[in-house]
Amino acid sequence: MNLYGRRTWINRLGIGLSMVAMSLGLAGLLWILWTLFAKGFAALSWDFFTTDTPAPGTPGGGLRNAIVGSGILILVTTVVSTPIGILAGIHLAEFGDKSRLASITRFVTDIMLSAPSIVIGLFVYALVVVTFGGFSGWAGSIALSLIAIPVVVRTTENMLRLVPTSLREAAFALGAPHWQVSIKVTLHAVKAGVVTGVLLAIARVTGETAPLLFTALNNQFFSADMSQPMANLPVAIFQFGMSPYDNWVQLAWGGSLLIALLVLAINIGARVIFHQKDTL
Amino acid sequence: MPERPILPGEGIALQVRNLNFYYGDFKGLKDVNLDIVRNKVTAFIGPSGCGKSTLLRTFNRMYDLYPGQRAEGEIMFNGNNLLDKKQDVNLVRAKIGMVFQKPTPFPMTIYENIAFGVRLYDKLPGSEMNDRVEWALRKAALWDEVKDKLGQSGLSLSGGQQQRLCIARAVAVKPEIVLLDEPTSALDPISTAKVEELVSELTEDYTIAMVTHNMQQAARISNYTAFMYLGELIEFGKTDELFVKPKAQQTEDYITGRFG
Repeated sequence: MNLYGRRTWINRLGIGLSMVAMSLGLAGLLWILWTLFAKGFAALSWDFFTTDTPAPGTPGGGLRNAIVGSGILILVTTVVSTPIGILAGIHLAEFGDKSRLASITRFVTDIMLSAPSIVIGLFVYALVVVTFGGFSGWAGSIALSLIAIPVVVRTTENMLRLVPTSLREAAFALGAPHWQVSIKVTLHAVKAGVVTGVLLAIARVTGETAPLLFTALNNQFFSADMSQPMANLPVAIFQFGMSPYDNWVQLAWGGSLLIALLVLAINIGARVIFHQKDTL
Repeated sequence: MPERPILPGEGIALQVRNLNFYYGDFKGLKDVNLDIVRNKVTAFIGPSGCGKSTLLRTFNRMYDLYPGQRAEGEIMFNGNNLLDKKQDVNLVRAKIGMVFQKPTPFPMTIYENIAFGVRLYDKLPGSEMNDRVEWALRKAALWDEVKDKLGQSGLSLSGGQQQRLCIARAVAVKPEIVLLDEPTSALDPISTAKVEELVSELTEDYTIAMVTHNMQQAARISNYTAFMYLGELIEFGKTDELFVKPKAQQTEDYITGRFG
């Protein structure tokens, strides 16, 4: 066999192997999605959204309290972590740069990004739940914020680093003080990227179960009080999915589908925003 | 030291004395002395790396953004030494504007591109701001092309228009001096011609200092020309004289195209 022929075969073999690898990965994903959709849609009903989690042994019920609880937890997390994350990212990219504080912050952020979420849950348990004597929505939001902040910090910093020096210099050349250059010009230039980072952070915390198990715990009843244990989708799914009651298991499927759809919607939204024209 | 080409009755906008500039250990400018004459165009020419952009960037302390770069000597502007540590750098930059090689419109509307700089130092009510934006855009010969789309992004304009927007942005804050760092090197010939025309008109109100790679451009639009080589100011004089009868051999070699 000549050289060309041999290379053609090696090429085909390479493509073939990578196709097999891809279909294995895709098959797993599609299987999960298929099961999720088939079982999840069956669980969705009017009651699913309007009634609270049922007591053991009672039929029917829904996830209203968990849906609202998750909504509140995520909202508070977003409100807390967005400004902290963005401002820290601005510090790293625009002010700290190579300073010692900035390199330490960057290092810690990287560790936090890959920290197992259960560790963060236990940390907040020890720090907040034990100190204030009980599980609460606040503790849950703090745990989720600790997961979301590093994501926002790093995307903000990386986005700001894409801003060309010339744009920064142009703003300085007008006599603008540093903070105005950072907020009104460079951050403005990458706002789509930063919003994407925030959305991805929200998507990340939406499905987090472990940190909430030790912090917000769960609540069988409807509650919007952040100082009390708060129902939320991930923990409800976790508990119901392992229960012996059929209606609970079905609710868990419905909740899973809801989270999957939410995360999907957030990701699509992030992509749409990121590919808007008119920003860098 | 080059002869000072100051004629009676002409004011001096910037007085540069014994200016040395360092990039870390590397000396980028060596003992530069010159005067920038008010309401005239002064062009800086010379081969790449000769220090002409470096010199221009000392006039508005642009180098301050980068640790490791420092200047020594004097640049007198309205009786103050710009290089003085106590000098408010932002005020200097508001008085000495700059336009860069590549057009750098801010990612905002055309209107906001102009208003951003004005707002920094002037609190104008809405109607006066509108007037100022129009005035600046007219100064930059851009008004007729953009008057119907002030709300559109500055990035939607063509390269030449973007550069004139940057010029409008610089003049809108009413500086005394406008620094142009190779303002046409990224533009097509027609846009270049427009910008050159504009530069000559701007001297009515402003003092212009311009770095250019293009000797013909310096000859066309400048009143004074400084030739720099390896961080030194080799020759400085009236443009007609420098191009016709250069005093230094290096200047002659450069303008006749023997190197550079």
